Amino acid sequence: MKNEIRTMRDVFIEGIYNRMHKDSTLFFISADFGSPKLDMLREEFKDRFINVGIAEQNLINISTGLALEGFTVYAYAIAPFLTMRAYEQIRVNLSLHAQLKEVNVNLIGVGAGLSYDVSGPTHHCLEDITIMRSLPNMTLFSPSDWKLTEKFVDYSIRMKKPKYLRLDGKPLPQIYDSIEDSEFQNGFKELVKGEKICLVSTGYMSHKALRVANLVNEHQIRVGVIDLFMLKPLNEELFSESISLYDYVITLEEAFINKGGLDSLVASVIDRKNAKVRLKRMGFEDAYVFDMGSREHLHKLNHLDEKSIIKNIEEWT
Amino acid sequence: MNPNSDLFEYLKQKASWVRKETLKIHKIAQETRIASSLSAVEIFVTLYYGKIINFKPTDLRWENRDRLIISKGHGAISFYPMLADLGYFDKEELGRVGQEGSFLGCIPDCIIPGFETTNGALGHGLGVACGISLALKRKGRGEKVFVILGDGELFEGSIWEAVMFAGEHRLDNLIVIIDHNKVCMLDYCRNVIDLGPLDDKFRVFRWKVETVDGHDVYALYNALVMLRGDKEDKPRVLIAHTIKGKGIPRLETDPLSHVKSLKAEEIDAILAELK
Repeated sequence: MKNEIRTMRDVFIEGIYNRMHKDSTLFFISADFGSPKLDMLREEFKDRFINVGIAEQNLINISTGLALEGFTVYAYAIAPFLTMRAYEQIRVNLSLHAQLKEVNVNLIGVGAGLSYDVSGPTHHCLEDITIMRSLPNMTLFSPSDWKLTEKFVDYSIRMKKPKYLRLDGKPLPQIYDSIEDSEFQNGFKELVKGEKICLVSTGYMSHKALRVANLVNEHQIRVGVIDLFMLKPLNEELFSESISLYDYVITLEEAFINKGGLDSLVASVIDRKNAKVRLKRMGFEDAYVFDMGSREHLHKLNHLDEKSIIKNIEEWT
Repeated sequence: MNPNSDLFEYLKQKASWVRKETLKIHKIAQETRIASSLSAVEIFVTLYYGKIINFKPTDLRWENRDRLIISKGHGAISFYPMLADLGYFDKEELGRVGQEGSFLGCIPDCIIPGFETTNGALGHGLGVACGISLALKRKGRGEKVFVILGDGELFEGSIWEAVMFAGEHRLDNLIVIIDHNKVCMLDYCRNVIDLGPLDDKFRVFRWKVETVDGHDVYALYNALVMLRGDKEDKPRVLIAHTIKGKGIPRLETDPLSHVKSLKAEEIDAILAELK
Protein backbone atom coordinates (compact mmCIF):
# COMPACT_ATOMS: atom_id res chain seq x y z
CA MET A 1 0.00 0.00 0.00
CA LYS A 2 3.00 2.31 -0.06
CA ASN A 3 2.65 5.50 -2.10
CA GLU A 4 -0.98 5.94 -1.26
CA ILE A 5 -1.71 9.64 -1.57
CA ARG A 6 -3.77 11.10 1.28
CA THR A 7 -4.45 14.40 3.02
CA MET A 8 -2.99 14.61 6.51
CA ARG A 9 -5.99 16.35 8.02
CA ASP A 10 -8.42 13.69 6.79
CA VAL A 11 -6.30 10.90 8.18
CA PHE A 12 -5.98 12.68 11.51
CA ILE A 13 -9.66 13.56 11.78
CA GLU A 14 -10.61 10.00 10.87
CA GLY A 15 -8.37 8.76 13.67
CA ILE A 16 -9.96 11.12 16.19
CA TYR A 17 -13.44 10.20 14.93
CA ASN A 18 -12.73 6.52 15.50
CA ARG A 19 -11.50 7.14 19.02
CA MET A 20 -14.40 9.44 19.90
CA HIS A 21 -16.70 6.41 19.82
CA LYS A 22 -14.93 4.85 22.77
CA ASP A 23 -13.42 7.86 24.49
CA SER A 24 -16.05 10.30 25.71
CA THR A 25 -13.42 12.81 26.85
CA LEU A 26 -12.50 13.89 23.32
CA PHE A 27 -13.89 17.21 22.10
CA PHE A 28 -13.48 18.68 18.60
CA ILE A 29 -13.77 22.41 17.96
CA SER A 30 -13.51 24.16 14.63
CA ALA A 31 -13.23 27.83 13.72
CA ASP A 32 -15.65 27.35 10.83
CA PHE A 33 -13.14 25.22 8.96
CA GLY A 34 -14.04 21.86 7.45
CA SER A 35 -12.88 18.78 5.63
CA PRO A 36 -14.77 15.87 4.08
CA LYS A 37 -13.92 13.64 7.05
CA LEU A 38 -15.08 16.27 9.51
CA ASP A 39 -18.62 16.05 8.14
CA MET A 40 -19.19 12.60 9.61
CA LEU A 41 -17.62 13.59 12.91
CA ARG A 42 -19.80 16.65 13.38
CA GLU A 43 -22.88 14.77 12.29
CA GLU A 44 -22.31 11.91 14.71
CA PHE A 45 -20.92 13.78 17.73
CA LYS A 46 -23.18 16.80 17.94
CA ASP A 47 -22.53 17.08 21.69
CA ARG A 48 -18.75 17.02 21.34
CA PHE A 49 -18.27 18.98 18.16
CA ILE A 50 -18.62 22.75 18.16
CA ASN A 51 -18.11 25.30 15.44
CA VAL A 52 -17.22 28.51 17.26
CA GLY A 53 -17.43 30.49 14.04
CA ILE A 54 -14.63 32.51 12.50
CA ALA A 55 -13.26 33.37 15.91
CA GLU A 56 -9.80 31.92 16.49
CA GLN A 57 -9.27 33.70 19.81
CA ASN A 58 -12.42 32.16 21.18
CA LEU A 59 -11.44 28.81 19.66
CA ILE A 60 -8.40 28.73 21.92
CA ASN A 61 -10.19 30.11 24.98
CA ILE A 62 -13.09 27.67 24.77
CA SER A 63 -10.64 24.82 24.21
CA THR A 64 -8.68 25.90 27.28
CA GLY A 65 -11.76 25.86 29.49
CA LEU A 66 -12.74 22.40 28.29
CA ALA A 67 -9.20 21.10 28.79
CA LEU A 68 -8.99 22.54 32.32
CA GLU A 69 -12.02 20.40 33.12
CA GLY A 70 -10.32 17.27 31.82
CA PHE A 71 -11.35 17.04 28.18
CA THR A 72 -8.84 16.30 25.43
CA VAL A 73 -9.49 18.99 22.89
CA TYR A 74 -8.79 19.34 19.16
CA ALA A 75 -8.86 22.94 17.95
CA TYR A 76 -9.02 23.08 14.19
CA ALA A 77 -8.37 26.03 11.87
CA ILE A 78 -6.24 27.31 9.02
CA ALA A 79 -2.64 27.36 10.25
CA PRO A 80 -1.71 31.07 9.95
CA PHE A 81 -4.96 32.20 11.58
CA LEU A 82 -4.79 29.58 14.30
CA THR A 83 -1.26 30.46 15.32
CA MET A 84 -1.03 34.16 14.62
CA ARG A 85 -4.50 35.58 15.24
CA ALA A 86 -4.71 33.74 18.53
CA TYR A 87 -1.04 33.78 19.54
CA GLU A 88 -1.58 35.48 22.87
CA GLN A 89 -4.41 33.12 23.74
CA ILE A 90 -2.07 30.23 22.97
CA ARG A 91 0.71 31.81 25.01
CA VAL A 92 -1.26 32.70 28.13
CA ASN A 93 -3.93 30.03 28.24
CA LEU A 94 -2.06 27.02 26.89
CA SER A 95 1.68 27.45 27.10
CA LEU A 96 1.72 29.29 30.40
CA HIS A 97 -1.00 27.23 32.11
CA ALA A 98 0.61 23.98 30.96
CA GLN A 99 3.54 24.66 33.25
CA LEU A 100 1.24 24.31 36.28
CA LYS A 101 -1.73 22.28 35.09
CA GLU A 102 -2.73 19.63 32.64
CA VAL A 103 -4.02 21.27 29.45
CA ASN A 104 -4.37 18.84 26.58
CA VAL A 105 -5.29 21.06 23.66
CA ASN A 106 -4.18 19.97 20.21
CA LEU A 107 -3.96 22.80 17.73
CA ILE A 108 -4.54 21.37 14.28
CA GLY A 109 -3.30 23.92 11.79
CA VAL A 110 -3.90 23.15 8.14
CA GLY A 111 -1.90 24.90 5.46
CA ALA A 112 1.75 24.62 6.42
CA GLY A 113 4.14 26.69 4.35
CA LEU A 114 2.81 27.31 0.87
CA SER A 115 0.06 24.67 0.94
CA TYR A 116 -2.37 27.41 -0.01
CA ASP A 117 -0.10 28.48 -2.85
CA VAL A 118 -2.49 30.56 -4.95
CA SER A 119 -4.34 32.09 -2.01
CA GLY A 120 -1.54 34.55 -1.45
CA PRO A 121 0.50 35.72 1.53
CA THR A 122 -2.36 35.93 4.07
CA HIS A 123 -2.84 32.18 3.69
CA HIS A 124 0.82 31.22 3.41
CA CYS A 125 2.28 30.14 6.72
CA LEU A 126 5.99 30.84 6.92
CA GLU A 127 6.30 32.13 10.49
CA ASP A 128 4.63 29.42 12.54
CA ILE A 129 7.68 27.25 13.24
CA THR A 130 9.55 30.22 14.64
CA ILE A 131 6.78 31.53 16.85
CA MET A 132 5.46 28.19 18.08
CA ARG A 133 8.96 26.91 18.86
CA SER A 134 9.56 29.83 21.17
CA LEU A 135 6.68 28.86 23.48
CA PRO A 136 7.65 26.83 26.57
CA ASN A 137 5.65 23.65 27.23
CA MET A 138 4.51 23.45 23.61
CA THR A 139 4.93 20.43 21.35
CA LEU A 140 5.53 21.16 17.67
CA PHE A 141 4.78 18.41 15.20
CA SER A 142 5.48 18.91 11.51
CA PRO A 143 4.81 15.62 9.69
CA SER A 144 5.88 14.86 6.16
CA ASP A 145 3.20 12.30 5.36
CA TRP A 146 -0.18 10.98 6.47
CA LYS A 147 1.32 7.89 8.05
CA LEU A 148 3.22 9.97 10.61
CA THR A 149 0.12 12.08 11.11
CA GLU A 150 -1.87 8.93 11.87
CA LYS A 151 0.74 7.98 14.45
CA PHE A 152 0.15 11.28 16.20
CA VAL A 153 -3.49 10.42 16.99
CA ASP A 154 -2.73 8.21 19.98
CA TYR A 155 0.25 10.34 20.96
CA SER A 156 -2.06 13.37 21.15
CA ILE A 157 -4.35 11.61 23.60
CA ARG A 158 -1.53 10.15 25.68
CA MET A 159 0.69 13.24 26.03
CA LYS A 160 -1.40 15.65 28.05
CA LYS A 161 0.21 18.88 26.90
CA PRO A 162 -0.59 21.59 24.40
CA LYS A 163 0.56 20.68 20.91
CA TYR A 164 0.69 22.30 17.50
CA LEU A 165 0.23 20.13 14.43
CA ARG A 166 1.57 21.79 11.33
CA LEU A 167 -0.30 19.90 8.64
CA ASP A 168 0.13 20.26 4.92
CA GLY A 169 -3.04 21.22 3.07
CA LYS A 170 -2.41 19.14 -0.04
CA PRO A 171 -2.75 15.39 -0.54
CA LEU A 172 0.77 13.96 -0.41
CA PRO A 173 2.26 10.54 -1.09
CA GLN A 174 3.27 8.24 1.71
CA ILE A 175 6.89 8.25 2.88
CA TYR A 176 6.68 5.88 5.85
CA ASP A 177 5.47 2.28 5.85
CA SER A 178 5.32 2.35 9.59
CA ILE A 179 7.33 3.87 12.40
CA GLU A 180 8.23 2.45 15.78
CA ASP A 181 7.15 4.30 18.93
CA SER A 182 10.75 4.85 19.95
CA GLU A 183 11.65 6.29 16.55
CA PHE A 184 8.61 8.51 16.69
CA GLN A 185 9.62 9.81 20.11
CA ASN A 186 13.07 10.68 18.77
CA GLY A 187 11.44 13.25 16.55
CA PHE A 188 13.38 12.52 13.37
CA LYS A 189 14.26 9.71 11.00
CA GLU A 190 17.16 9.27 8.67
CA LEU A 191 15.30 8.24 5.55
CA VAL A 192 18.42 7.95 3.37
CA LYS A 193 21.92 7.29 4.60
CA GLY A 194 24.42 9.36 2.68
CA GLU A 195 28.01 10.46 2.70
CA LYS A 196 29.37 13.87 3.55
CA ILE A 197 26.21 15.83 2.79
CA CYS A 198 22.82 15.53 4.48
CA LEU A 199 19.54 17.26 3.77
CA VAL A 200 17.54 17.96 6.93
CA SER A 201 13.99 18.80 6.06
CA THR A 202 10.52 19.06 7.55
CA GLY A 203 6.98 18.66 6.22
CA TYR A 204 6.48 19.02 2.49
CA MET A 205 10.20 19.65 1.92
CA SER A 206 11.04 16.09 2.92
CA HIS A 207 9.36 14.89 -0.28
CA LYS A 208 11.56 17.22 -2.24
CA ALA A 209 14.65 16.17 -0.31
CA LEU A 210 13.98 12.54 -1.25
CA ARG A 211 13.56 13.48 -4.91
CA VAL A 212 16.81 15.44 -4.83
CA ALA A 213 18.65 12.54 -3.19
CA ASN A 214 17.43 10.27 -5.99
CA LEU A 215 18.45 12.68 -8.70
CA VAL A 216 21.99 13.24 -7.44
CA ASN A 217 22.39 9.54 -6.78
CA GLU A 218 22.34 9.06 -10.54
CA HIS A 219 25.53 11.11 -10.63
CA GLN A 220 27.13 9.03 -7.89
CA ILE A 221 26.57 11.66 -5.21
CA ARG A 222 25.10 10.06 -2.12
CA VAL A 223 23.37 12.62 0.08
CA GLY A 224 21.55 11.70 3.25
CA VAL A 225 18.00 12.74 4.07
CA ILE A 226 16.74 13.31 7.59
CA ASP A 227 13.06 14.01 8.08
CA LEU A 228 12.72 16.14 11.21
CA PHE A 229 9.05 15.89 12.13
CA MET A 230 9.00 16.64 15.85
CA LEU A 231 10.59 20.04 16.14
CA LYS A 232 9.77 20.08 19.83
CA PRO A 233 10.58 17.99 21.76
CA LEU A 234 13.45 16.56 19.70
CA ASN A 235 15.95 13.96 20.89
CA GLU A 236 18.82 16.38 20.36
CA GLU A 237 21.46 13.98 21.57
CA LEU A 238 20.59 11.38 18.98
CA PHE A 239 19.99 13.94 16.27
CA SER A 240 23.38 15.46 16.94
CA GLU A 241 24.99 12.02 16.64
CA SER A 242 23.27 11.46 13.31
CA ILE A 243 24.30 14.72 11.71
CA SER A 244 27.80 14.52 13.15
CA LEU A 245 28.50 11.71 10.68
CA TYR A 246 28.25 14.28 7.89
CA ASP A 247 30.47 17.20 6.94
CA TYR A 248 27.71 19.36 5.56
CA VAL A 249 24.03 19.84 6.36
CA ILE A 250 21.48 21.69 4.24
CA THR A 251 18.21 22.55 5.98
CA LEU A 252 15.08 22.69 3.84
CA GLU A 253 11.87 24.27 5.07
CA GLU A 254 8.84 26.05 3.70
CA ALA A 255 9.34 28.80 6.20
CA PHE A 256 11.35 31.95 6.73
CA ILE A 257 14.99 31.24 7.40
CA ASN A 258 17.48 32.93 9.73
CA LYS A 259 14.85 33.71 12.31
CA GLY A 260 14.15 30.76 14.54
CA GLY A 261 12.79 28.04 12.28
CA LEU A 262 14.12 24.57 11.47
CA ASP A 263 17.45 26.09 10.42
CA SER A 264 17.92 27.73 13.80
CA LEU A 265 16.99 24.53 15.59
CA VAL A 266 19.63 22.58 13.65
CA ALA A 267 22.18 25.37 14.07
CA SER A 268 21.67 25.43 17.82
CA VAL A 269 22.12 21.67 18.06
CA ILE A 270 25.34 21.88 16.05
CA ASP A 271 26.45 24.72 18.26
CA ARG A 272 25.66 23.17 21.60
CA LYS A 273 26.99 19.74 20.75
CA ASN A 274 30.14 21.21 19.23
CA ALA A 275 29.52 19.24 16.09
CA LYS A 276 31.95 19.87 13.24
CA VAL A 277 29.28 20.31 10.63
CA ARG A 278 28.85 23.14 8.18
CA LEU A 279 25.35 24.42 7.62
CA LYS A 280 23.48 25.91 4.69
CA ARG A 281 19.94 27.15 5.23
CA MET A 282 17.33 26.98 2.48
CA GLY A 283 13.86 28.43 2.81
CA PHE A 284 12.24 31.81 2.32
CA GLU A 285 14.14 35.05 2.68
CA ASP A 286 12.79 37.99 4.63
CA ALA A 287 9.86 38.82 2.33
CA TYR A 288 6.27 37.76 1.71
CA VAL A 289 5.38 35.96 -1.50
CA PHE A 290 2.89 37.85 -3.64
CA ASP A 291 3.58 35.93 -6.85
CA MET A 292 0.93 33.69 -8.33
CA GLY A 293 1.41 30.18 -9.56
CA SER A 294 1.85 26.63 -8.40
CA ARG A 295 3.79 25.68 -5.30
CA GLU A 296 6.66 24.49 -7.49
CA HIS A 297 6.65 27.75 -9.40
CA LEU A 298 6.85 29.70 -6.16
CA HIS A 299 9.69 27.45 -5.01
CA LYS A 300 11.57 28.20 -8.22
CA LEU A 301 11.15 31.95 -7.73
CA ASN A 302 12.46 31.61 -4.19
CA HIS A 303 15.38 29.26 -5.00
CA LEU A 304 13.85 26.33 -3.21
CA ASP A 305 13.41 24.16 -6.29
CA GLU A 306 15.29 20.95 -6.93
CA LYS A 307 17.81 22.65 -9.20
CA SER A 308 18.73 25.20 -6.53
CA ILE A 309 19.16 22.49 -3.93
CA ILE A 310 21.33 20.43 -6.25
CA LYS A 311 23.41 23.51 -6.98
CA ASN A 312 24.08 23.89 -3.28
CA ILE A 313 25.01 20.22 -3.02
CA GLU A 314 27.42 20.49 -5.95
CA GLU A 315 29.16 23.46 -4.40
CA TRP A 316 30.16 21.11 -1.60
CA THR A 317 31.17 18.12 -3.68
CA MET B 1 -33.95 39.27 53.95
CA ASN B 2 -33.72 42.32 56.21
CA PRO B 3 -31.03 44.75 54.98
CA ASN B 4 -30.03 45.32 58.60
CA SER B 5 -29.61 41.65 59.40
CA ASP B 6 -26.40 40.27 60.86
CA LEU B 7 -25.25 38.91 57.51
CA PHE B 8 -25.05 42.32 55.90
CA GLU B 9 -23.37 43.89 58.91
CA TYR B 10 -20.87 41.06 58.71
CA LEU B 11 -20.30 41.62 54.98
CA LYS B 12 -19.80 45.36 55.54
CA GLN B 13 -17.27 44.68 58.26
CA LYS B 14 -15.43 42.22 56.04
CA ALA B 15 -15.39 44.71 53.18
CA SER B 16 -13.94 47.35 55.46
CA TRP B 17 -11.27 44.91 56.68
CA VAL B 18 -10.42 43.81 53.13
CA ARG B 19 -10.06 47.43 52.04
CA LYS B 20 -7.59 48.12 54.85
CA GLU B 21 -5.60 44.96 54.17
CA THR B 22 -5.48 45.79 50.47
CA LEU B 23 -4.05 49.20 51.29
CA LYS B 24 -1.42 47.54 53.49
CA ILE B 25 -0.42 45.31 50.59
CA HIS B 26 -0.20 48.32 48.31
CA LYS B 27 2.07 49.99 50.85
CA ILE B 28 4.69 47.26 50.42
CA ALA B 29 3.94 46.49 46.75
CA GLN B 30 3.55 49.80 44.98
CA GLU B 31 3.15 48.13 41.58
CA THR B 32 -0.22 46.70 42.62
CA ARG B 33 -3.17 48.41 40.96
CA ILE B 34 -4.86 49.84 44.00
CA ALA B 35 -7.75 51.76 42.44
CA SER B 36 -8.83 48.82 40.32
CA SER B 37 -8.64 46.48 43.32
CA LEU B 38 -10.73 48.75 45.55
CA SER B 39 -13.70 48.88 43.20
CA ALA B 40 -14.17 45.11 43.37
CA VAL B 41 -14.00 44.65 47.17
CA GLU B 42 -17.74 44.24 47.86
CA ILE B 43 -18.09 41.91 44.86
CA PHE B 44 -15.45 39.51 46.18
CA VAL B 45 -16.71 39.81 49.77
CA THR B 46 -20.32 39.07 48.86
CA LEU B 47 -19.37 36.10 46.70
CA TYR B 48 -17.23 34.43 49.36
CA TYR B 49 -18.37 35.62 52.81
CA GLY B 50 -21.95 35.75 51.56
CA LYS B 51 -21.49 32.08 50.55
CA ILE B 52 -22.80 32.68 47.07
CA ILE B 53 -19.89 30.56 45.89
CA ASN B 54 -19.18 26.97 46.95
CA PHE B 55 -15.51 26.63 47.79
CA LYS B 56 -13.13 24.50 49.82
CA PRO B 57 -9.75 26.00 50.71
CA THR B 58 -8.39 22.62 51.83
CA ASP B 59 -9.06 20.98 48.46
CA LEU B 60 -8.30 23.22 45.50
CA ARG B 61 -9.49 20.62 42.98
CA TRP B 62 -12.70 19.84 44.93
CA GLU B 63 -15.16 18.64 42.30
CA ASN B 64 -18.14 20.50 43.70
CA ARG B 65 -16.46 23.89 43.86
CA ASP B 66 -17.88 26.69 41.77
CA ARG B 67 -15.27 28.11 39.41
CA LEU B 68 -14.27 31.75 39.73
CA ILE B 69 -12.37 33.32 36.85
CA ILE B 70 -11.03 36.78 37.62
CA SER B 71 -10.55 38.16 34.16
CA LYS B 72 -9.53 41.62 35.34
CA GLY B 73 -6.37 40.22 36.91
CA HIS B 74 -4.89 43.53 38.06
CA GLY B 75 -7.95 44.33 40.11
CA ALA B 76 -7.76 41.20 42.23
CA ILE B 77 -5.26 42.30 44.88
CA SER B 78 -8.18 42.75 47.27
CA PHE B 79 -8.81 39.04 46.82
CA TYR B 80 -5.48 38.21 48.52
CA PRO B 81 -6.48 39.11 52.11
CA MET B 82 -9.73 37.20 51.67
CA LEU B 83 -7.98 34.08 50.42
CA ALA B 84 -5.65 34.18 53.41
CA ASP B 85 -8.53 34.80 55.80
CA LEU B 86 -10.50 31.90 54.29
CA GLY B 87 -7.55 29.56 54.73
CA TYR B 88 -6.11 29.26 51.22
CA PHE B 89 -2.69 30.29 52.50
CA ASP B 90 -0.97 31.74 55.53
CA LYS B 91 -1.82 35.34 56.42
CA GLU B 92 1.87 36.10 56.80
CA GLU B 93 2.18 35.81 53.03
CA LEU B 94 0.26 39.08 52.71
CA GLY B 95 3.30 40.91 54.03
CA ARG B 96 5.52 39.58 51.23
CA VAL B 97 3.57 40.47 48.06
CA GLY B 98 5.93 41.12 45.16
CA GLN B 99 8.98 40.19 47.21
CA GLU B 100 11.61 37.52 46.63
CA GLY B 101 10.30 34.04 47.24
CA SER B 102 6.65 35.10 47.45
CA PHE B 103 4.01 33.46 45.27
CA LEU B 104 1.84 36.56 45.49
CA GLY B 105 2.59 38.80 42.52
CA CYS B 106 1.49 42.35 41.85
CA ILE B 107 -0.69 40.77 39.19
CA PRO B 108 -2.03 37.36 40.24
CA ASP B 109 -1.13 34.04 38.59
CA CYS B 110 -2.79 30.68 38.96
CA ILE B 111 0.19 29.60 41.04
CA ILE B 112 -1.76 31.22 43.92
CA PRO B 113 -4.11 28.85 45.74
CA GLY B 114 -7.66 29.97 44.99
CA PHE B 115 -6.98 31.27 41.48
CA GLU B 116 -8.22 28.96 38.72
CA THR B 117 -6.50 30.73 35.81
CA THR B 118 -3.91 33.37 35.00
CA ASN B 119 -5.37 36.61 33.80
CA GLY B 120 -2.79 39.36 33.73
CA ALA B 121 -3.52 39.77 30.02
CA LEU B 122 -7.03 41.13 29.55
CA GLY B 123 -9.87 39.69 27.53
CA HIS B 124 -9.17 35.99 28.03
CA GLY B 125 -11.23 35.13 31.09
CA LEU B 126 -14.71 35.05 29.63
CA GLY B 127 -13.85 32.70 26.75
CA VAL B 128 -12.03 30.30 29.07
CA ALA B 129 -15.00 30.45 31.46
CA CYS B 130 -17.32 29.59 28.55
CA GLY B 131 -15.21 26.48 27.89
CA ILE B 132 -15.46 25.51 31.57
CA SER B 133 -19.24 26.13 31.56
CA LEU B 134 -19.60 23.97 28.49
CA ALA B 135 -17.50 21.20 30.04
CA LEU B 136 -19.59 21.21 33.24
CA LYS B 137 -22.81 21.12 31.24
CA ARG B 138 -21.62 18.25 29.06
CA LYS B 139 -20.72 16.33 32.20
CA GLY B 140 -24.16 17.09 33.65
CA ARG B 141 -22.71 18.85 36.66
CA GLY B 142 -24.40 21.59 38.65
CA GLU B 143 -21.49 23.85 39.60
CA LYS B 144 -21.57 27.46 38.47
CA VAL B 145 -18.89 29.46 36.73
CA PHE B 146 -18.42 33.01 37.99
CA VAL B 147 -16.41 35.58 36.06
CA ILE B 148 -15.26 39.03 37.16
CA LEU B 149 -14.80 41.30 34.17
CA GLY B 150 -13.52 44.85 34.14
CA ASP B 151 -15.31 47.38 31.97
CA GLY B 152 -12.12 48.61 30.30
CA GLU B 153 -11.57 45.01 29.30
CA LEU B 154 -14.78 45.11 27.27
CA PHE B 155 -12.83 46.90 24.55
CA GLU B 156 -11.14 43.57 23.77
CA GLY B 157 -12.69 41.84 20.75
CA SER B 158 -12.20 38.40 22.28
CA ILE B 159 -14.74 39.32 24.98
CA TRP B 160 -17.45 39.74 22.36
CA GLU B 161 -16.54 36.48 20.64
CA ALA B 162 -17.26 34.84 23.99
CA VAL B 163 -20.40 36.92 24.66
CA MET B 164 -21.87 35.69 21.36
CA PHE B 165 -20.82 32.13 22.11
CA ALA B 166 -22.35 32.04 25.60
CA GLY B 167 -25.68 33.38 24.36
CA GLU B 168 -25.83 30.98 21.44
CA HIS B 169 -24.97 27.96 23.59
CA ARG B 170 -27.31 29.01 26.42
CA LEU B 171 -24.62 28.71 29.08
CA ASP B 172 -27.01 29.08 32.00
CA ASN B 173 -24.37 28.03 34.52
CA LEU B 174 -22.34 31.13 33.71
CA ILE B 175 -22.62 34.22 35.93
CA VAL B 176 -20.58 37.24 34.91
CA ILE B 177 -20.11 40.24 37.15
CA ILE B 178 -18.87 43.40 35.48
CA ASP B 179 -16.98 45.68 37.82
CA HIS B 180 -18.28 48.76 36.03
CA ASN B 181 -16.01 51.39 37.53
CA LYS B 182 -16.05 53.42 34.32
CA VAL B 183 -12.34 54.12 34.18
CA CYS B 184 -9.75 52.34 32.03
CA MET B 185 -6.05 53.20 32.10
CA LEU B 186 -5.85 56.63 30.54
CA ASP B 187 -9.33 58.05 30.88
CA TYR B 188 -12.99 57.49 31.61
CA CYS B 189 -14.20 54.66 29.38
CA ARG B 190 -16.88 56.90 27.87
CA ASN B 191 -14.16 59.21 26.51
CA VAL B 192 -12.44 56.29 24.82
CA ILE B 193 -15.38 54.35 23.39
CA ASP B 194 -18.74 54.77 25.09
CA LEU B 195 -19.80 51.32 26.29
CA GLY B 196 -23.41 52.29 26.82
CA PRO B 197 -26.00 51.01 26.77
CA LEU B 198 -24.17 48.06 28.24
CA ASP B 199 -27.26 46.18 29.41
CA ASP B 200 -28.80 46.27 25.94
CA LYS B 201 -25.59 45.04 24.36
CA PHE B 202 -25.74 41.87 26.45
CA ARG B 203 -29.49 41.53 26.05
CA VAL B 204 -29.34 41.41 22.26
CA PHE B 205 -26.76 38.62 22.55
CA ARG B 206 -29.37 36.67 24.55
CA TRP B 207 -28.08 37.21 28.07
CA LYS B 208 -30.09 37.80 31.21
CA VAL B 209 -29.02 41.17 32.58
CA GLU B 210 -29.28 42.69 36.05
CA THR B 211 -27.86 45.96 37.30
CA VAL B 212 -26.82 46.74 40.85
CA ASP B 213 -24.89 49.16 43.05
CA GLY B 214 -21.61 47.27 43.32
CA HIS B 215 -20.74 48.67 46.74
CA ASP B 216 -24.09 47.79 48.34
CA VAL B 217 -23.61 44.30 49.79
CA TYR B 218 -27.36 43.89 50.37
CA ALA B 219 -28.16 44.65 46.72
CA LEU B 220 -25.24 42.55 45.49
CA TYR B 221 -26.25 39.60 47.65
CA ASN B 222 -29.86 39.61 46.51
CA ALA B 223 -28.96 40.01 42.86
CA LEU B 224 -26.44 37.15 43.03
CA VAL B 225 -28.81 34.83 44.88
CA MET B 226 -31.47 35.57 42.28
CA LEU B 227 -29.12 35.04 39.32
CA ARG B 228 -27.75 31.84 40.79
CA GLY B 229 -31.21 30.38 41.35
CA ASP B 230 -32.80 31.63 38.14
CA LYS B 231 -34.04 28.90 35.82
CA GLU B 232 -33.92 30.75 32.51
CA ASP B 233 -31.62 29.01 30.01
CA LYS B 234 -29.41 32.02 29.43
CA PRO B 235 -26.00 33.18 30.62
CA ARG B 236 -26.30 35.90 33.26
CA VAL B 237 -24.51 39.18 33.68
CA LEU B 238 -24.64 41.44 36.69
CA ILE B 239 -23.54 44.97 35.86
CA ALA B 240 -22.19 46.26 39.16
CA HIS B 241 -21.86 50.03 39.18
CA THR B 242 -18.75 50.75 41.17
CA ILE B 243 -16.28 53.54 41.83
CA LYS B 244 -12.67 53.06 40.89
CA GLY B 245 -10.51 53.73 43.95
CA LYS B 246 -13.58 53.41 46.22
CA GLY B 247 -12.82 54.75 49.68
CA ILE B 248 -9.92 56.98 48.64
CA PRO B 249 -11.34 60.41 47.65
CA ARG B 250 -8.22 61.39 45.73
CA LEU B 251 -8.53 58.31 43.50
CA GLU B 252 -12.30 58.32 43.19
CA THR B 253 -12.27 61.51 41.13
CA ASP B 254 -9.15 60.84 39.09
CA PRO B 255 -9.53 59.44 35.54
CA LEU B 256 -5.89 58.34 35.77
CA SER B 257 -6.43 56.46 39.03
CA HIS B 258 -5.48 53.12 37.45
CA VAL B 259 -1.83 54.09 37.26
CA LYS B 260 -1.71 56.03 40.52
CA SER B 261 -0.02 54.68 43.59
CA LEU B 262 -0.47 55.87 47.15
CA LYS B 263 2.60 56.79 49.15
CA ALA B 264 3.28 55.02 52.43
CA GLU B 265 2.51 58.12 54.55
CA GLU B 266 -0.75 58.62 52.70
CA ILE B 267 -1.74 55.00 53.33
CA ASP B 268 -0.87 55.31 57.02
CA ALA B 269 -3.05 58.42 57.29
CA ILE B 270 -5.95 56.68 55.54
CA LEU B 271 -5.61 53.60 57.74
CA ALA B 272 -5.53 55.73 60.89
CA GLU B 273 -8.69 57.49 59.76
CA LEU B 274 -10.44 54.21 58.98
CA LYS B 275 -9.79 52.95 62.50
